[in-house]
Amino acid sequence: MTTQTRREETPTQPPQLVEMSWDPMTRIVGSLGIYTKIDFKQRRVVEAYSSSHIFRGYSLFMQGKDPRDAHFITSRICGICGDNHATCSVYTQNMAYGVKPPALGEWIINLGEAAEYMFDHNIFQENLVGVDFCEQMVKETNPSVLEKANNTEAPHAADHGYRTIGDIMRSLNPFTGEFYREALHVSRYTREAFCLMEGRHVHPSTLYPGGVGTVATVQVFTDYLVRLMKYVEFMKKVVPMHDDLFDFWYQALPGYEQVGYRQTLLGCWGSWQDPDVCDFDYRTMEKWGRAMFVTPGVVVDGELVTTSLVDINLGIRILLGSSYYEDWDNQRTFVDRDPLGNPVDKRHPWNQTTIPRPQKRDFNDKYSWTMSPRWYDKRTGKYLALDTGGGPLARLWSTALAGMVNLGGLVEATGHSVIIRLPKSALKPAVEYEWKIPQWSNAIERNRARTYFQAYSAAVALHCVEKALNEVRAGHTKTWSDFTVPKEAIGCGFHEAVRGVLSHHMVIENGKIANYHPYPPTPWNGSVRDIYGTPGPYEDAVQNTPIFEENGPDTFKGIDIMRAVRSFDPCLPCGVHMYLGEGKELQKVLSPTFGINS
Amino acid sequence: MATTVEDVHVIWIVEGLGCEGDTISVTAATQPSIEDIVLGAIPGLPRVHIHNKCIAFEWGKDFMEWWYKAERGELDPFVLVFEGSVPNEKIKSEGYWTGLGVDPATNQPIPVSDWLDRLAPKALAVVAVGTCATYGGIHAMQGNPTGAMGVADYLGWNWRSAAGIPIINVPGCPVQPDNFMETILYLLYQAAGMAPMIPLDDEGRPTWLFGSTVHEGCDRGSYYEQGEFATEYGSPKCLVKLGCWGPVVNCNVPKRGWMNGIGGCPNVGGICIGCTMPGFPDKFMPFMDEPPGAKLSTNVVQLWGGPLRRLRKITNETVNKEPSWRHKGRELTTGYRPTWRR
Repeated sequence: MTTQTRREETPTQPPQLVEMSWDPMTRIVGSLGIYTKIDFKQRRVVEAYSSSHIFRGYSLFMQGKDPRDAHFITSRICGICGDNHATCSVYTQNMAYGVKPPALGEWIINLGEAAEYMFDHNIFQENLVGVDFCEQMVKETNPSVLEKANNTEAPHAADHGYRTIGDIMRSLNPFTGEFYREALHVSRYTREAFCLMEGRHVHPSTLYPGGVGTVATVQVFTDYLVRLMKYVEFMKKVVPMHDDLFDFWYQALPGYEQVGYRQTLLGCWGSWQDPDVCDFDYRTMEKWGRAMFVTPGVVVDGELVTTSLVDINLGIRILLGSSYYEDWDNQRTFVDRDPLGNPVDKRHPWNQTTIPRPQKRDFNDKYSWTMSPRWYDKRTGKYLALDTGGGPLARLWSTALAGMVNLGGLVEATGHSVIIRLPKSALKPAVEYEWKIPQWSNAIERNRARTYFQAYSAAVALHCVEKALNEVRAGHTKTWSDFTVPKEAIGCGFHEAVRGVLSHHMVIENGKIANYHPYPPTPWNGSVRDIYGTPGPYEDAVQNTPIFEENGPDTFKGIDIMRAVRSFDPCLPCGVHMYLGEGKELQKVLSPTFGINS
Repeated sequence: MATTVEDVHVIWIVEGLGCEGDTISVTAATQPSIEDIVLGAIPGLPRVHIHNKCIAFEWGKDFMEWWYKAERGELDPFVLVFEGSVPNEKIKSEGYWTGLGVDPATNQPIPVSDWLDRLAPKALAVVAVGTCATYGGIHAMQGNPTGAMGVADYLGWNWRSAAGIPIINVPGCPVQPDNFMETILYLLYQAAGMAPMIPLDDEGRPTWLFGSTVHEGCDRGSYYEQGEFATEYGSPKCLVKLGCWGPVVNCNVPKRGWMNGIGGCPNVGGICIGCTMPGFPDKFMPFMDEPPGAKLSTNVVQLWGGPLRRLRKITNETVNKEPSWRHKGRELTTGYRPTWRR
């Protein structure tokens, strides 16, 4: 399997390599630099390494703290999806304390998280990724594509109001573009909706183990619903507009499907609990995991390997190899069996001990603060470098294949697609969108899935707001259940952060945190070569990305590489460095012969 | 309204030990919004060029060029905004806790604290955004391995810019969006010669934003007055007995809301955990327990006036001080025992 072995360097004719580096990468959250050596003759990236720039030490300073502080602390891991961490930590604590929140508390968290997806995917897609596809950028990187865009009618012009693809690109120009500014505005009212449920964005104030502190009134849900319906109307413009833009890219640049392409190795840990099923008990986790409104799953080469959260949990392995840490083989084992009696591996997060060892960066040895999370596929004995497809691609893929989700027709998983139905809004009629499993796991499809998942989130929110209002109308306004913290306990939580899989693992001893390890999506996506030499997903997806940019080496911007990496929605503090290993003669040639016509 | 400078650059370092939540928070601001400033929608202001990684058009060398220009004195004036806490890079023999850009000579990441050393002397003003940058915050918690501290702990509490401006601290975890934009707007007016020196308190906070306590602006205050305290989360009553520190925390969020008047903390059912304070988080943990001072004060709630205010003042002074371990030097005193060569 290609992801299992260190890539062999191409033995054939010496490629003409040009060193290209970009540090930092921008329009992402986190520290990310890019080092490449590019074969301009073959027009490909030859090799890539990924490296993280930052270490803070959460798992160290959380030791010995009160377990009830965990969600307040872990929210601060991430400045754009902190609430995903807070939610996942609350799930973890609920399991450890054996507490089930009132249904209304769960609906409120579901609505908050839906608002987070609606906000975050919107601002990332339009104000960060969108700039890579805007007129100003395309003019600088691919003038011929812009010319073509200006002469290409947008197939869905009637739905979104932009006559040509060039008009769409102009609307995405930073600050001056009309759609860019509209998206900023949308990012604000969706965050207001979020604050109605979880108090503050990005670190919520009203989440607790056992439920929420939000005062559940008719007013709070009405205020949410009004904002949600504005977003539903907005989606009816956004989905067709992005389909037009992304379809144009394949058409204008044949072969673009190879940009950011990698084998389909997707992980999704599920999102939105169904309070009728979920009791946060580990022993029933398979059942309530499968009731989630996004189905957890591992997808390998188009096959759904499992939908069991227990399988997912037990398969997680944290490997070292290229990271600035000491191994924990000789440290203590905290959890040797899960509550079902299954053995728990020494390299599982429950048993991880973090031992930092700051040192010089060396791409032939240790080059990152990121570890290498992998998923052990017991069918094959392989440690899979799963990615999240930026979040939405894995969520839609897993949900589609599983065919389990059906929210009163608002969202329906068919086994090969996901159907999203949005009701009539102020000026637009009801619509039905179908996301179909794409041919590739690549940059464009990660981006397209993001747009569809925005619509999906709106549909889920419509379902949850109705459920919540029904509770309030029935007089069930309790949002929180009391609990006591046991002296000894373990817990785990599974959720989808905006950009993909999120797990938290906690061990409580003597009423204090003895071990706590969060695994957000970017350690998976931005992971580094592990002890088996398997590269992380960014490294894998960027290596062999073809170059379509029209600039030669002297004015090269690296836009195709940027699009490949940004499609994963990097939300670090951790990073990517792409670098060619030693032993290859580097020619620093700034010659026009390496340009588009070479 | 004539301005004395035509262009002001904002060099915004987001690579301290943080989460970049302050930058994201600021994109939610509307009073003014980031596009109001960038597009020149406010009268009298110079042209403003914001250089922040999360929204920049360019990347890599093109992006870093602004940092080098600022270092060479070619951007005059510029405001240096720092986000995240400053790790102590001196407690180990090699490696880095956080880096920005790469040293062309060594190909190693440049520690972010080096950028602070390089740029602070050239800046018109240094603004610390968020509680990590102002006082250390979450990443400077007891037991932390990096020796993290606030910008003023690093540069010195008496530090002044060449223009004589002290470090401006806008705390909050994250910062309340409009609190930050309003502070920047004030500084831009000051740079344009239209406003006097920005008024700051002893902790470096703009006085008009942090002069009152959470409790003084909380719409649940009358429940306190009536001696009605919530015993479970989700109740509309006063949250003091469930862990709210509002009476001794300097912050305007309950009054202002989180954004556009919506959301907040105790006003919408979230206990105040003191996230704007120098003593955050250690002096407020465990967050969900009743603050030690609250037991007494909620019992004497009928004996109004002076005594209660004096009691609160003592606690307010305590939580307005950082813990002792946030400092420079070669020693790590957070309680974490280093595993690396020193």
